[in-house]
Amino acid sequence: MKQVFKRPESMTDKPFHFCPGCHHGIVHRLVAEALDHFDVREKTVGVASVGCSVFLYDYFAVDVIEAPHGRASAVAAGTKRVLNDHVVFTYQGDGDLAAIGTAEVIHAANRGDNITVIFVNNSIYGMTGGQMAPTTLLGQKSTTSPYGRDCRRDGYPIKMTEMLAALEGPSLVSRVAVNTPSNVKKARKVIRQAFQMQIEGKGFSFVEVLSTCPTNWGMTPQAANDRIAEEMIPYFPLGTLKQKDVIDVL
Amino acid sequence: MSTPKKVFTKGNEAIAMAAINAGCHYYFGYPITPQNEIPEYMAMHLPAVGGEFLQAESEIASINMLLGAAATGVRAMTSSSGPGISLMQEGFSYFAGNELPAVVVNMSRQGPGLGGINATQGDYFQSVKGGGHGDYKLIVLAPHTGQELYDLTIKAFELAEKYRILTLVLGDAILGQIKEPIVPWIPEKTSGDADRDWLITGAKGREPRRITSLFLADGAMEKHNWHLQEKYDRIERDDVMVEEVDTEDAELVVVAFGSVARIVKSSIAQVREKGMKVGLVRPITLFPFPRKTLLELGGRAKNFLVAEMNTGQMVEDVKLSLPDGCSVEFYGRPGGSVPTPEDLFDVISETYKKL
Repeated sequence: MKQVFKRPESMTDKPFHFCPGCHHGIVHRLVAEALDHFDVREKTVGVASVGCSVFLYDYFAVDVIEAPHGRASAVAAGTKRVLNDHVVFTYQGDGDLAAIGTAEVIHAANRGDNITVIFVNNSIYGMTGGQMAPTTLLGQKSTTSPYGRDCRRDGYPIKMTEMLAALEGPSLVSRVAVNTPSNVKKARKVIRQAFQMQIEGKGFSFVEVLSTCPTNWGMTPQAANDRIAEEMIPYFPLGTLKQKDVIDVL
Repeated sequence: MSTPKKVFTKGNEAIAMAAINAGCHYYFGYPITPQNEIPEYMAMHLPAVGGEFLQAESEIASINMLLGAAATGVRAMTSSSGPGISLMQEGFSYFAGNELPAVVVNMSRQGPGLGGINATQGDYFQSVKGGGHGDYKLIVLAPHTGQELYDLTIKAFELAEKYRILTLVLGDAILGQIKEPIVPWIPEKTSGDADRDWLITGAKGREPRRITSLFLADGAMEKHNWHLQEKYDRIERDDVMVEEVDTEDAELVVVAFGSVARIVKSSIAQVREKGMKVGLVRPITLFPFPRKTLLELGGRAKNFLVAEMNTGQMVEDVKLSLPDGCSVEFYGRPGGSVPTPEDLFDVISETYKKL
């Protein structure tokens, strides 16, 4: 019998600890599939961030460095300077990347550091128990915006993809979602492209993945999936905003 | 053998030169006075040895870039001064928890706050007591001359690798900016440890590895902390460095480190000419602190004078180290002023006369 579906080589067989309906598992798998596709598992370094994704090293069969909160892009920049023939990626949530680590990711992008950043945006702090994130939508209730996010006090949800696409450094900047099979297929393709950019030496590649957090949103997995389509995608539109075909030279 | 070639150079450049000669090919840093000659030298000279210089967007980024490089086992460093070192404290704590080796230089400047750009020893507590969170130590080396800046920079890389620990070279604006002759040399070992079983190199033909400081399993955190403590104990046992000058017959022993110790050396020469029996203990490692030296010395010389360019930091460690029955005087000058050899001559003579 022909095997048509299996666990990617770049993943371990450890069961995910993620909550039911959380998208981390899907995103992990798509990243692992990309590493398998380019056959780079043995020369890949993952940089884990702080949040639910800190346990990256339990699920990826690659070397992993755990970064301080927000600093994954800087850690990856240092690692890549040494292991410049390796594939180096970070995997960061919205609190990590778009609040405490904003400076690090912007400057890694602006330098065109030849790394790949997977940015999982679920519009809330997951691990700490549902506090307001920089990407929390207006009106969205969280434990620290109990009356809903108010732009007069909290500002607006930050659009990292649009911000980074304005820079010269990045080779690829894209936003995807994994809430439907068709979106998963598109996300798989974009994540693969992002790693291809790095492997071809084209510089910083960035994929924002809209993700659910059913537990902290107080929703069923199905309702959380629906919310991606109904509330998140309208504010955070999907698509590739920037893609370079040539390498910039001095 | 030919006479070793002397170079006339600034303290900051001596450090950069020593680092490259020790095989440090990766430097990450952010500009701040009074240490800018270090990144400038690195930016100029690292490309020639196939290394990488990277100017970070902040000291927070510098220390984390250093973390990313250190995890691969290469020799790498950053440098900064007071305010920048404060920003790095989070990273220092992660280096400790992750047990990663690297070298950081603090050419300290006056604080608190933006302070000033001249010399101070106000960062003693931050350096040896830990400015970051958690129960950890750094190795802290305190050079007092250009040559020692060079020598201890090389030593810093060796100690960092020996113990998988962050090693801090604590200088100040005087030491960084002073220009004097040094003799450069090249150590035997000029690269990191390429074959250690914890290095992040890509999981080729082996199990994947992780660098982490997160310990959530029952008892795992305590076990890790005891492991770190055992390492700090070994460092205290095996790698204390201290210089003693004229202590054999001393009735008064001055304790000072770094540039103040250098000034004190001149003052002691002057008081010795006047027949006063005064000696100097100069801790070269601030952690591990030369507790044993002071404990033994305190058995015969009962009078001590601690001189620092701060309002009293190392003096606490001196008091803790000495046996009961010793008297400890303190002379301190806060950030913003530097004592002259004459100032210290007066202080030492007055203290001596009161014995």
